[in-house]
Amino acid sequence: MEATIAVKSEEKNAWDGGGSRPFGASYGKMMMWFFIVSDALTFSGFLAAYGLTRFKFIDSWPIADQVFNHFPFIHGDHPMLFVALMTFILIFSSVTMVLAVDAGHRMKKTQVTWYMLLTIIGGLIFLGSQAWEWKNFIGGTYGAVKTTEGQVLQFVKEGHQIALSDFVVGAHGERTTHTRENGLWFESEAALPTYSLQQVISSYEHNPSVLIRTEEIDLETKEKKILSREEGSRYLLMATKVVEGANLTENEYGKTLFADFFFFITGFHGFHVFSGILINIIVFFNVILGTYEKRGHYNMVEKVGLYWHFVDLVWVFVFTFFYLV
Amino acid sequence: MAHAQESHTKRIWIVFGFLCIITMVEVALGIVKPEGLYFTQFLGTSLLNWIFIILTLVKAYYIVWAFMHLEGEKKWFRRAIVWTVVFLISYLVTLLLIEGGYLFETLAPLVKWDY
Repeated sequence: MEATIAVKSEEKNAWDGGGSRPFGASYGKMMMWFFIVSDALTFSGFLAAYGLTRFKFIDSWPIADQVFNHFPFIHGDHPMLFVALMTFILIFSSVTMVLAVDAGHRMKKTQVTWYMLLTIIGGLIFLGSQAWEWKNFIGGTYGAVKTTEGQVLQFVKEGHQIALSDFVVGAHGERTTHTRENGLWFESEAALPTYSLQQVISSYEHNPSVLIRTEEIDLETKEKKILSREEGSRYLLMATKVVEGANLTENEYGKTLFADFFFFITGFHGFHVFSGILINIIVFFNVILGTYEKRGHYNMVEKVGLYWHFVDLVWVFVFTFFYLV
Repeated sequence: MAHAQESHTKRIWIVFGFLCIITMVEVALGIVKPEGLYFTQFLGTSLLNWIFIILTLVKAYYIVWAFMHLEGEKKWFRRAIVWTVVFLISYLVTLLLIEGGYLFETLAPLVKWDY
């Protein structure tokens, strides 16, 4: 497997940072490794903070299967599948990357070019998938109401969560969104939710098959608690607003921190993917121009490869701790 | 150490297949959630979660060793990277998770769930 090292450790001139060659690694490769070490610590800091918060709210944290359940072109409840697909895409682009490094070691310019191109395409598909995931998360699927204590109440029917639009009658009729044009010119507000709180509550009262699910997890069954009709009415008295979708201050899935961590961790990872694609594109054009052919080695492909594999490595952990555990 | 000009594509594809199989096993377990694993607590979390964590570490090992090719580096270069990261991350994670458990025990009784 040392074929993936573009410059053999035994070769002379592997170290450009001075006379001695510590560990027989080239300067650039060693520095890439040390960067990866520090970046790994940054990501582990994020994930460990997520772990702390999750243990802190172990009895009320959102259940990932109930949040990420979309799959393109298929309706219904499909947890895990889309994120598994994203994992396969990223692992596959990692494979094409390592094949590019391997071909670079054998000085096969055409092969390196094609494998780099495939890697870039894989990265772009992954980034697109992540954008789609964010779109679903931000837009929300079901909608919920929030109580005075910041708890989120969701609506279920026959054990499955239902959207507000599935049972709420009528549209938001009390008032229109306050924009700059129709009110005080120096004030505006976010778009109003589709339904007003009063409509949600009265629709709940008129539809006996709708039940309310709280954030609280029954530690025995590991399911969110579902209230009886009477309890539900009592809880709804404490409702203050309708929440649709997610942002940094509230979300329909439950704990605000859940959305914050989701945006922060997957966003930071996505930014890594994005910058990895940019560097890959630069290296790709250098390969085409024959820069590395003239230089006599494909060391640069190996270095960007290390970064790209690291991005894949981080995703493996994000996948586990955000979606599986 | 193998010869320099030799291609290692076969090994790469084998590792790829292996990573895919592990991921598929994880996804299958995540969807099925076998009751015996899902409801058995062990060291602070369910057995199923421990399986996920171990499988993740196996995947990480293959990515770092085969794809990032740490297995071909000099022994102490490898150790400078792996030992540092493993020590610091286990340290951080241990402290923060214990703290998270403590916060739950302290704060959970103060949260009012029924109105």
